[in-house]
Amino acid sequence: MRVDPEFLAQVRMAGDFDARLCMNCGTCTALCPLGVELLPRHLFRYALLGNREKVLGSAETIFSCLLCRMCEANCPAGVHIAENVRALRTVVNREVHGLAEA
Amino acid sequence: MPVPIASTLGILGDNLRKRRSALPLGRRKVTAWTRGLDLPRGGTTVLYTGQMWQMVPAINAMSRQLGRYEKRDSSRLFGFARSMNRLVNLTPFLARTTPGERRAYDERLRNIARLLRAAGVEFGYLYEKDLYTGALAYDEGLDRVFTEHAQFVYRTLKEAGVKRLITVDPHTTNMLRSVYPKVVPGYDLKVQSYLEVLAERKLAPLAKLGETVALHDSCVYARYEGVLEPPRELLAAGGVTLAQPELSGKLTFCCGGPLETLFPGKSSEIARRRVEQLSAGSPNIVTACPLCLANLSRAAPPGVEVRDISEYLSRAYLPGGSVPPLARHEPGPVDRGTPGPPHAAPGDRIGQVVAP
Repeated sequence: MRVDPEFLAQVRMAGDFDARLCMNCGTCTALCPLGVELLPRHLFRYALLGNREKVLGSAETIFSCLLCRMCEANCPAGVHIAENVRALRTVVNREVHGLAEA
Repeated sequence: MPVPIASTLGILGDNLRKRRSALPLGRRKVTAWTRGLDLPRGGTTVLYTGQMWQMVPAINAMSRQLGRYEKRDSSRLFGFARSMNRLVNLTPFLARTTPGERRAYDERLRNIARLLRAAGVEFGYLYEKDLYTGALAYDEGLDRVFTEHAQFVYRTLKEAGVKRLITVDPHTTNMLRSVYPKVVPGYDLKVQSYLEVLAERKLAPLAKLGETVALHDSCVYARYEGVLEPPRELLAAGGVTLAQPELSGKLTFCCGGPLETLFPGKSSEIARRRVEQLSAGSPNIVTACPLCLANLSRAAPPGVEVRDISEYLSRAYLPGGSVPPLARHEPGPVDRGTPGPPHAAPGDRIGQVVAP
């Protein structure tokens, strides 16, 4: 796994990304209506580690989140999950989708 | 495989920047609902639709189209569509709507305006300045274009002298109340949903309906904006009993609507699951969001009816308030697997849910 320390800084700047309180309990994944294993905790772990390829390679998963906040309402660590996913979308839009102007 | 994400979001961003809407409808379609209501122009308190109800027929039409492109590689076609759309607004061609469908959704807005009047609320309307808030662009992470748009909307509202907004759907409420203050410096507008306004005014019912329904809380009202009690209080006072599924209130389950554009297949699968949960309580499902209404209606099997809360409130709180039911969704050329025939005979298989 390649780790890029600048990537997390880039993600943080993109929006209000903060998943440091996540303790990886998996409540979010269990409750997600989509049932995608990557959503949201694995994704956040990759972002926190600065794994640029893994995050940018997960565009489809990042855009399939409903932003319904079912996970967030039940997160024992109080992570603002939907806002984090939205922040990752802005990064993907710029880096993968060629929507820098957007 | 989803609908091509980059081009679709590109079109959304272009539309918002250039035409100030996700699906630019044209002035007539935005304001047609006001006909005969004599709503004063402007004022300090305005009813603000953000064009959400007016957009739903176009969203329905668009999603019928998009369903075709989900299962094959359409990235070149969508790239071409984006280039074309920069020159010509493609929305009227790609999202063809019928006058009947538009009237049905407009009728919900008319009822809401009548309810506010009955509650003694004085309000105006901004007509062509009743702009879309940019909610979809925000959700999809198009922050630059969204922020620019939000500031434009705010300037428009300030120039019109608006101080207080009464919103009619959860997404517009959330944008104007909770998101705009983060991206618009000095934002100072007071925003309330019409459900909050009606509950606050304690409008007296004219009839007790004596019906049982399953209320579907929208994720945005329930978990973003904390609007949980007003719909319950208003329905209860109007003689409507709630038969709630396990997942309701703060723990409500999404209607699938947010995925309608990029992942139509997943969206309808989630809608089917939600309809199943709700109809276990009652075959009469009530929503308070135009997008939930559209998405759940499409997934409802025969015998299950999905209606907007304003229909119940009109019957309970307005004189002669009976309103025609919303026409059921006509499946387009691509039917994404709604079980059963699209038209249900009244009373047909009440309470039964066809498993997907």
